[in-house]
Amino acid sequence: MKFVTEFRDPEAAKVLIAEIAELAADQPARKFMEACGGHTHAIYRHGIESLLPESIEMVHGPGCPVCVIPMGRIDDAISIAEQDGVTMCCFGDLMRVPGGSSTLLEAKAKGADIRVVYSPLDALAIAENEPDRNVVFFAVGFETTAPSTAITAMQARERNVSNFSIFCNHVTIVPPMKAILDSPGMELDGFLGPGHVSTVIGTGPYQFVSREYGLPLVATGFEPVDILQGVAMLLRQLAEGRAEVENQYKRVVRDGGNPAALKMLGGVFELRPHFEWRGLGFIAQSALALRDEYADWDAEKHFELPGVRVADPKACQCGEVLKGAIRPWECKVFGTACTPETPIGTCMVSSEGACAAYFNYGRFRAKKRIPVTSA
Amino acid sequence: MTDEVITMAHGAGGKASQALTDAVFRSAYGGEELDRLDDGAVLDIPEGKRVVFATDAFVVTPRTFPGGSIGDLAVNGTVNDLAVMGATPTWLAVAVVLEEGLPLAELREVVADVAAAAAAANVTVVAGDTKVVERGAADGCYLTTSGIGLRDSTVSLAAERVRPGDAVIISGTFGDHGMAVMLARGDLALQADLSSDTAPIHEATAALLAAVPETRWMRDPTRGGVASACNELAVAANVGVALFEETFPVLSPVSGACELLGLDPLYVANEGKFIAIVPADSVDAALTALRSLEVSAQATVIGEINDEHAGMVVAHTPFGGSRIVDMLVGAPLPRIC
Repeated sequence: MKFVTEFRDPEAAKVLIAEIAELAADQPARKFMEACGGHTHAIYRHGIESLLPESIEMVHGPGCPVCVIPMGRIDDAISIAEQDGVTMCCFGDLMRVPGGSSTLLEAKAKGADIRVVYSPLDALAIAENEPDRNVVFFAVGFETTAPSTAITAMQARERNVSNFSIFCNHVTIVPPMKAILDSPGMELDGFLGPGHVSTVIGTGPYQFVSREYGLPLVATGFEPVDILQGVAMLLRQLAEGRAEVENQYKRVVRDGGNPAALKMLGGVFELRPHFEWRGLGFIAQSALALRDEYADWDAEKHFELPGVRVADPKACQCGEVLKGAIRPWECKVFGTACTPETPIGTCMVSSEGACAAYFNYGRFRAKKRIPVTSA
Repeated sequence: MTDEVITMAHGAGGKASQALTDAVFRSAYGGEELDRLDDGAVLDIPEGKRVVFATDAFVVTPRTFPGGSIGDLAVNGTVNDLAVMGATPTWLAVAVVLEEGLPLAELREVVADVAAAAAAANVTVVAGDTKVVERGAADGCYLTTSGIGLRDSTVSLAAERVRPGDAVIISGTFGDHGMAVMLARGDLALQADLSSDTAPIHEATAALLAAVPETRWMRDPTRGGVASACNELAVAANVGVALFEETFPVLSPVSGACELLGLDPLYVANEGKFIAIVPADSVDAALTALRSLEVSAQATVIGEINDEHAGMVVAHTPFGGSRIVDMLVGAPLPRIC
C-alpha cells in the first residue's frame, strides 16, 4: 500500500468533504482543536481548511514541542554550545528559535560547533567518531521522540560513551491538553487527537477528555484523507450525542500504544515536578528528565546553565495562539514585525507552528468551495 | 609534471603555476585563444547579435555525486543561465581556487569533467585563472565560470511580457539534483536510485524559441527550486502564478526521499531543467518541440498565470484545496551547487 498516494486520493477526499458538509449542515458551528503541530502543518500544506464548511473552525493547539520551549531554555542551550570543545547536535527546527537575544543559528555563525541531525543516534555516532569533542544532544519532542532519545541514552550507557550527554526538554501531551480545557473562556467541541504521540501512549490516556469534559476525541493520522475522516468522525459523534475516544489512525496506532517503548521511557526518564511552557506558564508533571542512573549523560548535571527565565517580548502573543484563544492572523504582530524571516516568537519559527503554517501556506484566503449535492 | 598534490607554489604565478596551467588546464581544454595565455580573450561578435553575459560560482560538496561532479555543474550552470536568456552559449572563462594539499589526480578529474561538459555544450574555454589558498582556507576546490552567449537582436524575453492566461511549462522532472547531492553526502542512512540531472539545456531552449518565438520568459530553477523561480517571476511581473500539484513531474525516489526528510520537491535545486512561460495557444507547439529532445523529453505544463493573486504563487491540491508557495526561508540544503 503506497500510503502517500492512497491517503491523498482526491476521490476519497471528495466523498469525505461531502459527508462533512452534510453533517455540519445540521449542527451549530463547531470548534475542533488539533493538538498536534503536525496536524496544523498538514492542514495548511494541503489546503484542508479551505475545504471545510465555514461553520467548522479548526483551532490550533500547543502540540508543537519546539514552539513551547521557553526562551530561557534556548539561552541555556546556546550557553552550552558556546563552551570550548562542545559539539551541540539538534533538529533543524531548533536552529532559528529565538532565545532572549540570539539563536543557535547565530551562535553557529559566530563559531559554535552546532550540527543538525535527524536522529539522536546520529549525535551518539558523532560522539563515538570524535572522542575529543564533548557532544550534547538537544532533545525536544513529545512522547513521539522521547523513545529514540531513551534508546540513545541506553546505548550511550551500554557502550560507556563518556563524551556524550543529553539536554532533555521532552514534554508530555496530556498536561497541556488539560491546561487548555481548564482555561477560562475555552470553548471546544472536540479534539483531533494526536497521531504519532498515540503510537507510543495509545488512546487510553485521552479518556479523561470524554469522561471529565464530555468531549469527543479522534486520534487522527496526517494525510489529507486521515484529517478529513477525523473531522467527519467528530461530527458524527456530535450528531449522535456521543463523547468517546476513537481511533482513526488504526494503521499505525494501537489503542494500547507501544508497551516496549513505554517500558523504555519508564526506565530512562522520570517526570519533572514542573516545567515552564511558553505561553502556558508552569505546568506540573508535564516534562521528562533523565533518571539518576543516567546522571552521567545528563547535560544539566555537567554544565552550569544560566537558567534565567526570560519573559516573552511584550508584543508576542504566542501564548494565546498556543492555547487556541486567538488565530495566527489575530496576533497584533503577525506578518508585520513577526514573519518567518524575523520571528518574534516560536509559533512563527517552527515548521509546525500555527503562525508559520498559516503564513507559509494560508495567507491567500480564496475559499474554493467544492459544490456539494445532498446524497 | 610529477607533483602529487597542489602546493602554494602552484598559485604563486611562477614556474610551478605555468607548469600546472600547461599540464592540467591547457591539456584538457586548451584552444587557440586560451593557449595565447594573454590577459584577456579577444572575441568577435557577429552582426545582428547581442551579447549575454552570466557568471556562477560552484562550491558543491561532495565534489562528485551520482550523475555528475563540480566540473559538470560549473559548465552547465553558466551554459544554462545563458540558454534561458535566449542566447547560444559560446565562450567560457574558468577560475579555480584550490586548497593546498588537493591531490593532483582529483584536480585532473574535475578538469576533465569541465572539458567534457564544455565540448558537449559546444562552448570554448577562452580564459582562466588559478589561485591556491592555505590548507583549511577552502574546501578542496571552488570554481567560478563566467560565460558569454550570443543572442539574435530579435529575441525578446522579459518578465514584463508575461500575461494572465499564459502557461507555465517545466522541461522535465524536478528535485533530482538537490536530493541526489544530499543523499551522496552520506549523513543520512538513506539509499535511493537518485542521480543529479545536470545537463546543458541550450538545445531545448533554442528549439522552444524556434517553435514558439512568442515565449515570454525562461529561468533555470537552481537553488531554491521551482518555487523560488516562480516567486521571482510573480514579483517581477506582478502576476499570480498558480501551480497544479497533480501535474507535477517528480520521480518517486525523489518524492519518497523528500517525504522522509520533510522537504518539498518544489524547493529542491535542479541543474538540467528550465521553466518557460508561453502563451496558452502555443502550448502544443512548445511541448512538441521540447519532447523531441532527450533533455526535455518529459516537458509538461504545471501551472498558469493569473491576475487573482499578483505577486504570489499558489499551489492547488488534487482535491480542491490551495496553499501559498512562499519564497524559501533559511537554508535547508546547504552547498548543493
